[in-house]
Amino acid sequence: MHKSVKTPLIAFAALLLFGGLLNFGVNAYIQLIVLFVIINSILAMSLNLVNGYTGQFSLGHAGFMAIGAYTSAYASTQFSFFSESFGFIGIFVTTITGGLLASAAGFLVGLPSLRLKGDYLAIVTLGFGEIIRVTLLNMEAVGGPRGISGIPSFPNFFFSFSYSCFWALICFFFIWRLIRSSHGRGFLSVREDEIAAEAMGINTTKTKVQAFVLSSFFAGVAGALFAHVTNFISPSSFTFLMSVNAVIMVVLGGMGSLSGSIAAAFFITLMPEALRSLQEITGVDLRMVIYSLLLILIMILRPQGLFGDKELPDIWRKYVRKSA
Amino acid sequence: MQDFVQHIINGISLGSIYALIALGYTMVYGIMKMINFAHADVYMVGAFTAYYVAKWTGLESSPGVSTLLLLLVSAMIICSVLGLLIERLAYRPLRKSPKLNVLITAIGVSLFLEFSGQVIFGADPKVFPEVMNQFVIANFGGLELKSSDVTVLGVSLIAMVILNFIIQKTKIGRAMRAVSSNASVASMLGVNTDRVISFTFIVGSSLAAIGSILVGMKYPKIDPLMGMMIGLKAFVAAVLGGIGSIPGAVAGALIMGLSEEMVVGYLSSTYRDALAFGILIVILIFKPTGLFGKYSVEKV
Amino acid sequence: MSVNLLEVKNMTMQFGGLKAVDSLSFSIPQGQLSGLIGPNGAGKTTVFNMLTGVYRPTQGEILLSGKNIVGMKPYEINHLGMARTFQNIRLFKNLSVLQNVLIATHQHISYGLFDTVFLSKKFQNQETEMHAKALSLLKIFHLENKAHEKASSLPYGEQRKLEIVRAMATDPILILLDEPAAGMNHAETHELMKTIARIRHDFNLSILLIEHDMKLVMGICENITVIDHGVKIDEGTPQKIQTSEKVIQAYLGVEA
Repeated sequence: MHKSVKTPLIAFAALLLFGGLLNFGVNAYIQLIVLFVIINSILAMSLNLVNGYTGQFSLGHAGFMAIGAYTSAYASTQFSFFSESFGFIGIFVTTITGGLLASAAGFLVGLPSLRLKGDYLAIVTLGFGEIIRVTLLNMEAVGGPRGISGIPSFPNFFFSFSYSCFWALICFFFIWRLIRSSHGRGFLSVREDEIAAEAMGINTTKTKVQAFVLSSFFAGVAGALFAHVTNFISPSSFTFLMSVNAVIMVVLGGMGSLSGSIAAAFFITLMPEALRSLQEITGVDLRMVIYSLLLILIMILRPQGLFGDKELPDIWRKYVRKSA
Repeated sequence: MQDFVQHIINGISLGSIYALIALGYTMVYGIMKMINFAHADVYMVGAFTAYYVAKWTGLESSPGVSTLLLLLVSAMIICSVLGLLIERLAYRPLRKSPKLNVLITAIGVSLFLEFSGQVIFGADPKVFPEVMNQFVIANFGGLELKSSDVTVLGVSLIAMVILNFIIQKTKIGRAMRAVSSNASVASMLGVNTDRVISFTFIVGSSLAAIGSILVGMKYPKIDPLMGMMIGLKAFVAAVLGGIGSIPGAVAGALIMGLSEEMVVGYLSSTYRDALAFGILIVILIFKPTGLFGKYSVEKV
Repeated sequence: MSVNLLEVKNMTMQFGGLKAVDSLSFSIPQGQLSGLIGPNGAGKTTVFNMLTGVYRPTQGEILLSGKNIVGMKPYEINHLGMARTFQNIRLFKNLSVLQNVLIATHQHISYGLFDTVFLSKKFQNQETEMHAKALSLLKIFHLENKAHEKASSLPYGEQRKLEIVRAMATDPILILLDEPAAGMNHAETHELMKTIARIRHDFNLSILLIEHDMKLVMGICENITVIDHGVKIDEGTPQKIQTSEKVIQAYLGVEA
């Protein structure tokens, strides 16, 4: 077996085993949360490509996710070919189409980013994200404010789990290897110093657009998964808050750390659930208040995020070396 | 023609409210080079302050100029304190951090105020008390000049004149201009940057408080998320005028207010909010420095 | 007669009402080590920024190997063979020393995203080759042992050297060095100058050097252009420059 597929396959096998356990061991509520963790991981890792590795501040990730979600949902509810035989091929085709349309939108958003930096870019991407949402809101073909309901589910939990893990692994290994190649180093150079990067022969314009296109592809995929897991989407599923959520995961995990993004996806998905019991005691829903307060505190106390730009193995090695 | 004049009047009145809020964005950006996302929520707190003060003191049953003044002053005080606290507790520790962190903190503060507002005030909209008696001052064959529009214009004009005086004629205003044009040189020359920043937050928050009461008079429905849209539009107005530029913010806000009224009047109100984003994106792509923005070359 | 490698004709840069560089002309023949000197604020770095495409000259022509490069993007100019260092050091601070150099070799790789993701032979071969090349360049400046350290952790002098290594990794024919010895002591400067002379020979490079320390430039440059307030005031061999009235006047009160 070629070594390029060996590690991903081993990882996939291990995850499948874990999925098998979850299939019988836990209730549907926990299963759903597990799926959200995986989807959020894809979202965070893909945004890390733009925000963490390329240093471009995007605040419109929910828009790309929405495009992927709507594409896949629309295709699988409208075309009888897909809904009748929503087998593996159908699912695969709609997911990829969702990703591709999202990356086309990423291309359009990437273009203005060539002239804008920092705060301005953040605001423009925020604007694009909102425009996508407002457009969906006014499109009767996709249900307008009512959204799309009755989106076909995956056959069972084990299928949903494996399929989501499949994409999460593709996303992880794609970005992991990209960053360790010359192309990926080009991304990093743009983050570090654009003027120096240009002077060293890096086409920074092309690099930035590439980052947006690749990142939004995976956001679109995450959106498609989201649509089929929840069976219902509407423009209010993809608000500014969703984009903020994605940014928070990237920053909390550490800009430029994939394992950090995954860890943060766990944390951010599980925290509101864990805080539910607090609501029972106090009687008011303080989850979002705590969530926003936490965000401020993290920025002040640990601005580099949990992992900084290190990956889990680096941190492990450092810890082992220190204790030895 | 009559419609057109009516739209102009409404547009200017709306624009002057945008201007009050836009000034807060632009001043903070000028001094600290950051987008204070929480500004819109300070504005929201201003509206709720006025609401509760009017309720508790019983002022809501006696509309008039003194009521207006009292509500203005109390909202300005509360908002200034809030602005100061935000700056002290959330932004000051990040003075030397990367821009991204500051921006996320600002978003965090904004979310914190919105969610806390929902917990404390409740998520349902409340009816803003009548601050002044509403009447039509003049009626030119269907064309109405309402007292609320005159009040809005009058109050915002007075606020802007005072602001202009502070910035142009006082010592602290001079310090503000110095920090805005070059913070490090200003601090080397003995300007106390922290004090200038605090003062900027006080002024910006006070203007937002004034804006919130004027909006309450015009559209008497307030809720904890009321700042989101208007804040965004005011921000677009500031960018349109050239962020950091005070006359720019006023000009941008008037353009925003007028064009919004025209879109609602002649096209459709569903495009009302899309317009702001549209203007923003066009401006940033073709003239990122805005109408009055300064041209700057990056040092290499 | 051979064509000059670099030919600058009436190059002008105007910022608002200020002419930072005014109708400057000079040329660099193939293989020459030239100097560009002038007092502080004379416009030397602005000249570099125009040559490398960071600024677009308001007027004039810049010919590299006979081709007009005005209006080209910095990376395109770099691909044509002109590389530079920065006076205020612009390394990729959070990346390793090796990564800094590898980034500069990006234009020489031909593997695509597909090769990257599937770790193809092409990918592996080219990566091995680029790593070897980067290390051998680092060796010239005795930085090979620090290949895996963060660029920002290097001492100042080594950061300047890394800037030169990085520029060389783009395989230039002409290299522009902006005050490479700034902040170095006498011994370090002396050694650096020897290394510069050596790489120029070994890699068949042409070099344009900015310095405002006159003595240093006199030591190694074959031809010197002197500018002040954006205008060329003299040009010639070190001997000629040393005795030039105008040059001495320009430097009076600024440098001994």
